[in-house]
Amino acid sequence: MRLPPRASEHIDRSRELTFSYDGRPVAAFAGDTIGSALFADGRRVFSRSFKYHRPRGLLCCSGHCPNCMMTVDGIPNVRVCAEPVREGAQVVAQNVRGSLERDLLSATDKCGGPFTPVGFYYRTMIRPRWLWPFYEKFLRSVAGLGRVDEHARRSKRTDVEHRHADVLVIGGGRAGVEAAREAAARGEHVVLVDENLHSPASSGFGEDFEVLAPARAVGVYEGGLVPVDAGEVLYRFRTERVVVATGGTEQPLVFPGNDLVGVMLPGGVRRLVRWWSLRPGERAVVIAADDRDLGIVNELREAGTKVIETIDLRDRPPRQIAASGRGGRLRSVDVDGRVLACDLLVMSGGRQPAYSLLAQAGGRVEYDAGRGIFLPSELPAGVEAVGAVRGDGLSAAVPAASYNGAAKTGKCFVCLCEDVTDKDMKRAIAEGFDSIELAKRYTTVTMGPCQGKLCHLPSIRLYARENETDEATIGTTTARPPWGPVALGLLAGRTHEPCQRTAIHHRHEELGAKMMWTGTWKRPHSYGDPAREAKAVHESLGLIDVSTLGKLLVKGPDAAAFLERLYPNRFADLKRGRVRYGVLETDAGRIMDDGTIARLDEDELYVTTTSTGAGAVIEWFEWWNAVWGMDVEIVNLTGALGAVNVAGPKARELMARLTDLDVSNDAFKYLDAKEALVAGVESLILRIGFVGELGYEIHYASPHGEYLWDTILERGADFDIEPFGLEPQRILRLEKMHILVGQDTDSESNPLEANMPWIVKLDKDDFVGKWALEHVLQRGFREQLVGFEMANGTIPPEGGQIVRDGRPGGRVTSARRSPELGRVIGMAWVPPELAAEDAEIDIKVNGRLERAHVRLKPFFDPDGERLRS
Amino acid sequence: MSFLLPCPNCGPRDVNEFAYQGEVTVRPKGSPSFRELTSYLYFRKNVAGVQREWWYHRHGCELWFQAERDTRTNEVLKTELVSGPSVAGQAGSQEPAIPDTPAV
Repeated sequence: MRLPPRASEHIDRSRELTFSYDGRPVAAFAGDTIGSALFADGRRVFSRSFKYHRPRGLLCCSGHCPNCMMTVDGIPNVRVCAEPVREGAQVVAQNVRGSLERDLLSATDKCGGPFTPVGFYYRTMIRPRWLWPFYEKFLRSVAGLGRVDEHARRSKRTDVEHRHADVLVIGGGRAGVEAAREAAARGEHVVLVDENLHSPASSGFGEDFEVLAPARAVGVYEGGLVPVDAGEVLYRFRTERVVVATGGTEQPLVFPGNDLVGVMLPGGVRRLVRWWSLRPGERAVVIAADDRDLGIVNELREAGTKVIETIDLRDRPPRQIAASGRGGRLRSVDVDGRVLACDLLVMSGGRQPAYSLLAQAGGRVEYDAGRGIFLPSELPAGVEAVGAVRGDGLSAAVPAASYNGAAKTGKCFVCLCEDVTDKDMKRAIAEGFDSIELAKRYTTVTMGPCQGKLCHLPSIRLYARENETDEATIGTTTARPPWGPVALGLLAGRTHEPCQRTAIHHRHEELGAKMMWTGTWKRPHSYGDPAREAKAVHESLGLIDVSTLGKLLVKGPDAAAFLERLYPNRFADLKRGRVRYGVLETDAGRIMDDGTIARLDEDELYVTTTSTGAGAVIEWFEWWNAVWGMDVEIVNLTGALGAVNVAGPKARELMARLTDLDVSNDAFKYLDAKEALVAGVESLILRIGFVGELGYEIHYASPHGEYLWDTILERGADFDIEPFGLEPQRILRLEKMHILVGQDTDSESNPLEANMPWIVKLDKDDFVGKWALEHVLQRGFREQLVGFEMANGTIPPEGGQIVRDGRPGGRVTSARRSPELGRVIGMAWVPPELAAEDAEIDIKVNGRLERAHVRLKPFFDPDGERLRS
Repeated sequence: MSFLLPCPNCGPRDVNEFAYQGEVTVRPKGSPSFRELTSYLYFRKNVAGVQREWWYHRHGCELWFQAERDTRTNEVLKTELVSGPSVAGQAGSQEPAIPDTPAV
């Protein structure tokens, strides 16, 4: 089926490849596209149309129109006319029930006439309402193009790469190549991208600029940002200058039967002949509007196609064109009453500048009535247009909006992608969609896979005629990226889930810890038995890795004054070697984060934050430091330092073994901070207790983590020391009614209503959040955070509702069974009148109300004697 | 948004490297009325034109700085580090956003 070898062909006849189409092997040459190989194999029907399931064949052969979309290796909607052949590729037809030749759904074309105008089902299928689920099921099954395999794994790895170029030239035609050469000659770094596999520039051989092909610039964004789709890489190009040389797109004529298989655009025919040495048909009629397109006659003759009629729209524009065929394939064309038998109709209404990228970049578009095309004008700085895209060399006759004359037969397509006919457009106008933007949304013209490349201008032309006005008045619709389909996987780039592990991570794994996410950190949930781990802390000794805490050094003459202004409580009077708890608020009085602050020196304070809040707190500190301009430096030590907490009645004995410090209760008091060697490692020891028992938090340089962990476990072995995870820690802190920011508080919570009035010192001159907290006092409490104890052993869900007189009256934020207390305890927000010891609340659990009693003091060791002992 | 923002420390960078903290506002002094407080907390001028605003180079040098940007075109006229209360005082010369709007 191939023509004799010719110089212009892109195929290498010495290299044969085989792929499969619908399970059958198809032979191809290297250099073929799947489309050209299927055409050579005798295939003429390549797809079934979107709505009417009409047979469609090759039209543009340039990857623009929807006519050749197939599923290739599981990827739907691949334009096979532009997809290079790969050995072993699996190609299957899509959007058909049956085969391309016999598609059951083509019934919509034959009998669907009155049932398928635009907006049909919005208007018709709404009643009776109960039938909608059935309609919907059917419509969903036939709607859309192609099928995504929901269970498929990612078939290829995609990347996003950031690149820079002085000049990016889009389009490798003559004008683009010239512009690239000029810029390169000036010594600029030039990259040229072209969406075709074969273009004048595609080799780039001997040129002073880089060529990326096939690669498609999908948009032009502010700041000279141009994303380029190169298949498996999305390049984000930053450029000083963008040169758009995207040329023009041949525009189909609008006449009945203009979608039949065998109706083609000149460019598509040219490629079939020149690139792939294929004979596009036996008997051809050519209807074109300029010399370039009429020149296709030469290619046809070379290919042995008999040209039986050539019609130049400039000389004798026909009033009426109607193509007819059988089985969807062209048999003849009727031009003003003369019936010409043919199997190929090459037609074009001239080229429309492919200005989309220019319009996206902010350029204006104006209608040139003389030439009947839209031209870009007033380009933004840094964006240029060269060649046909700015109208150079375009001088075609202006075609009629449609050539259907008085013909009553055959559908006359304005938009092939969405199967929109001239009748649909007229109907939209009759229904009052008088703006092109509205008509577009209603009829979906230009909204299909070609995104208006082939239907934008014809639809505006038709719209202008039907509204008895001109194209300039109708105007264009907004051009938006992408200028071509982009795979979602490409936009996603490489999957990348950041994960932070502490320096002791592998020890946790060796100990069989169940790991969980907290923010981007991986932390042990427990080492198998949370209750046993909690018990060890109460009865003897536990060890927890708290390296994930945010750790900041705040240093400088104003360090204490700075924290005094940031926190609601006092830090100016914090003595050297002492620790104080702090809760950060925003100026709206809302709780942001909490942690401990230790004064290491007169001008040096050490601040810890929650594990997930570290980043936000550092930004917060840095920002206020910039606002106030105080003499403070903030250093983020979160990764540099690790920390563990030893807690339990035996903690003191263990610390005595590990350090030379006098760890007696008089010498190392509760809330003391001391720097000392712990098992030989320079450490900062904070005597604090989050879990309700005597505890020491040891901070040290991260690399010592495993050594210190091992040593502590070894030296504490005879106290039956147990490592404990987050889950037992949550039980323990709940027994003490310590809040977890983000768990027990939300973006509305303030420290007063969160039952921490002792931390708010409103007599201070100023602090962040002061005025808002004053207002809270003035307006009175709306809700309060309290503890509760379940009357029975039910564990209410976190987030569970408190019901009061049949209405919502609060919510549970935390709930756990405490093995130590043998009760179910929790925390909840309740109306202020219920914030009283022993008040009764009802919590909804699995649809039933369960009784609980409010508690205001910690459930365990309410006076903190164990902490201080 | 894809414009380039010149960090005073690192030079022009993709705006996605930065965190935006909104327009520069004036923190009331003394004890503000409830209306002054809500105006400071919740009202912004939202100008169509040049606006002075806070940016943080989150994926870069981690410095806060102020920029003057035209909100209509995203043209950045100026960026500068803010150091010392004198510059914060300069921001203080601005009037609060929508002072006459009743507090909600």
